[in-house]
Amino acid sequence: MKIEKAIELICGEILIGNTDTTINTAFSSDLMSDVLAFVNEDTVLLTGLVNNQVIRTSEMLDLKTIIFVRGKRPNEDVLKMAKETDMTLISTKFTMFEASGVLYKNGIKPLRICNE
Amino acid sequence: MNNLITEENKIIIKYNVEMDDFSKVGEASSKIKKILRQLNIDNKVIRRVAIAAYEAEVNVAIHSFGGFIEVVVIENEISIKVKDNGPGIEDTELAMEKGYSTASKKAIELGFGAGMGLPNMRRCSDVFEIESKFGEYTELNMKFELC
Repeated sequence: MKIEKAIELICGEILIGNTDTTINTAFSSDLMSDVLAFVNEDTVLLTGLVNNQVIRTSEMLDLKTIIFVRGKRPNEDVLKMAKETDMTLISTKFTMFEASGVLYKNGIKPLRICNE
Repeated sequence: MNNLITEENKIIIKYNVEMDDFSKVGEASSKIKKILRQLNIDNKVIRRVAIAAYEAEVNVAIHSFGGFIEVVVIENEISIKVKDNGPGIEDTELAMEKGYSTASKKAIELGFGAGMGLPNMRRCSDVFEIESKFGEYTELNMKFELC
C-alpha cells in the first residue's frame, strides 16, 4: 500500500518525511522493549509514545515509518532526530486499535512472532 | 575522547554511558551502527549488533551507576563488551528470565522495563555471557559471527 493511501485511511497528517514509500506490514506497541524483541523485518510502527527512544529504537531496527496514534505529536527535538535518520513520521487522531484495525482491514499484514 | 581506534586488523569503538542520562541514551549505539555501516558489514548482522548494543546501553543508563560499551571488529567477528560500575545483579539467572524487571517509573515511561532486554541480547548474539558481582559491577560479553 502506498503510504499516501494509509494516511488517507487513518485521517493522518504527515509530520516529516516523504510520501514516496509503500507499506506492507505493521506492528503496534507502546512498549519499545517489545518492539526491539519482536520486530524482525522492515515494518511500520504504530505507537502512542513520542519520546526520543521511539526514534532510537526505530533507527536500530532500520524502521522508516512511524505512525503516532491518539493525536500524539513528538516535540521539535524528537522530530529533528528523526530527520537525521531519514524517517517518515505520521500523526493520527485515531486510537491505536482503530488505526491498526483500519490498516489491517485494508490489507496491511501483521508480523508473526516466533517463540524460540 | 577518541571513540574509534584502528589497530592492525582490528577496530575498537568505545563509548561511555552515563547513569540516568535518558536524553542521550541510544547515542552510543547510533554512532556504533553508523561506523559499522561504513565497514561494509552485512546489514542483518549490523541490525543484530545495533539491537544488542542499544538494549545494553539502555540497561546501563537505567540500572547502573554508569559504564561503557566497547565494540571490537576483527576479520570474522564483532564482539561487544559492556561493563558498568555497579550496583551489580543479585541473581543473574532471575534477571535473564523474560518479563523480570526492576526498572524505575521513568524507564517505563520511556517504553522500557518490560524485562526483555537481556533475553533479547541473548537472542541477537551468537555468544552471550553475563557476569555480575553484587555490589560491584555487571559485565556482558557478546559475540557476533561475520561470514
